[in-house]
Amino acid sequence: MDKLNINIKKIRSDFPVLREKVHGLPLVYLDNAATTLRPQVVVDALAGYYLRYSANIHRGVHALSEKATAEYEKSRRTVKDFIHASSTAEIIFTRGTTESINLVAQSFCRPSFKPDDEIVVTAMEHHSNIVPWQILCEQVGCRLKVIPMNDKGELILERVDSFLTERTQLLSIVYLSNSLGTINPVQDVIDKAHQKNIPVFVDAAQAMSHCPIDVQTLDCDFLAFSGHKIFGPSGIGVLYGKEKWLEQMPPYQGGGDMISSVTFEKTIYNTLPYKFEAGTPHIAGVIGLGAALEYVQSVGLDLIMNYEKDLLDYGTKALLSVPDLKLIGTASNKASVLSFILPPIHPHDIGTLIDEEGVAIRTGHHCTQPVMKFFKIPATSRASVAVYNTKEEIDLLVQALFKAKKIFD
Amino acid sequence: MSRDGRQELYKQVIISHNKKPFNFKKIDNATHEAEGYNPLCGDHLHVYLIIDPQDIIQDLSFEGDGCAISKASASMMTKTLKGKTVAEAKEYFGQFHRLIIGELNPDNEEHILGKLSVFSGIWHFPSRVKCASLAWHTMKGALDKQTSISTE
Repeated sequence: MDKLNINIKKIRSDFPVLREKVHGLPLVYLDNAATTLRPQVVVDALAGYYLRYSANIHRGVHALSEKATAEYEKSRRTVKDFIHASSTAEIIFTRGTTESINLVAQSFCRPSFKPDDEIVVTAMEHHSNIVPWQILCEQVGCRLKVIPMNDKGELILERVDSFLTERTQLLSIVYLSNSLGTINPVQDVIDKAHQKNIPVFVDAAQAMSHCPIDVQTLDCDFLAFSGHKIFGPSGIGVLYGKEKWLEQMPPYQGGGDMISSVTFEKTIYNTLPYKFEAGTPHIAGVIGLGAALEYVQSVGLDLIMNYEKDLLDYGTKALLSVPDLKLIGTASNKASVLSFILPPIHPHDIGTLIDEEGVAIRTGHHCTQPVMKFFKIPATSRASVAVYNTKEEIDLLVQALFKAKKIFD
Repeated sequence: MSRDGRQELYKQVIISHNKKPFNFKKIDNATHEAEGYNPLCGDHLHVYLIIDPQDIIQDLSFEGDGCAISKASASMMTKTLKGKTVAEAKEYFGQFHRLIIGELNPDNEEHILGKLSVFSGIWHFPSRVKCASLAWHTMKGALDKQTSISTE
């Protein structure tokens, strides 16, 4: 394999779904921001657990349980290495980014936040990085503040400072916007917040499969991502948190495995990270996630990033060759996402018509209704690329769009 | 679903109703009106009706933002129901509903749907059925004096 380029043929052969036909045509999968496809190694890891050692973890003394526990904890080390955390105590498995955010809202914020305290987010957040904070605001009487973006879909960095006041208790920011593709200047924002001792939560759901992330360099206080957006199983995700915060936080849920000892008078909680993993977890999911991260490591995130940048530039030019097409989200620092409108055709009609050509994209508000409101549109069509996509597939998307236009002419 | 079937969804009649919808306006002196909302796609429709004391729909119209399917469906609905009684409108609603979920086959069953049967193939596209039904649910909601309708 070429050291500077990815072996696209090999990568495509790793993903069985890419061999599927849709309406008799080869699948062109450009809906990666919704969920990514899974390579064979992830499917094998899931099946391997269910077929060979599907025992419960942490408590069994028999061989299968030992094996399951070992594989489960190996995945935790893989996650730790992948995001460059300092310890596995900081890696908590959750159902996904959404649950990770809710966990922090309820366990980190709720016990100590006071009325009139403020939580700061950006104008391009996914609903999952808005609603858990709104629920918290209702519970404790704090307020949600929103740092604005410009018409290109870029965070207005100069405005950040004015939002960070003595009342600000937490800043939560999306790393890579799912509806616009904007890569936020997360490092700058974290540095600004930390100058005022404000902890920062990073929603890395979209970013994980596109950008190398080092939580110690970033110095973020919390970071969350989902398995299904980085070629892993759905229903599994990660919360990274600095040990000093996780230690002082009460458990999010009570149950088995999160305790050291239980009597009817008093329960002593387990140590980190188990304190936050009540009940039998998604064992196969964790093992599958480990396999997915190892897969990404084997390709190399730097190479992935370079490859996708080229693809995105090509896609941007190709889409702009379609008359009347307007890109939504034109930040100078972008990854993966090509959101667009093609008036007068409604995005849902585009979605249905190009599906006819085997092209899968997402249409709608992408769980970012405030972003749609900002751009004064009800919805967009969104093509989003991953490492297995090609320029030929972008060409097929563009051809399909021309066809759709013809039908509506 | 075959490729040919797929193209069938966007029949000429739907494209032309989408381009030039009938009764696409607000009625200021409406006796009945409702707002319909499809949370799946964010589409909004407002349906206005004037119903006289004899329960006859003297006029009806719609406004809003939506895809070709929902706009064409709304346009054809207003064209069909003008001059009909409330009872007839409900009968149309029932038959149209059965049509779009694939329970009524217009080729094998007697019906009053006329040109509305152009939507008969839509049950092949489960995510688009709500687009076709939004105007109808909103109209029914207005008749039942509900002001806000959601297809969820």
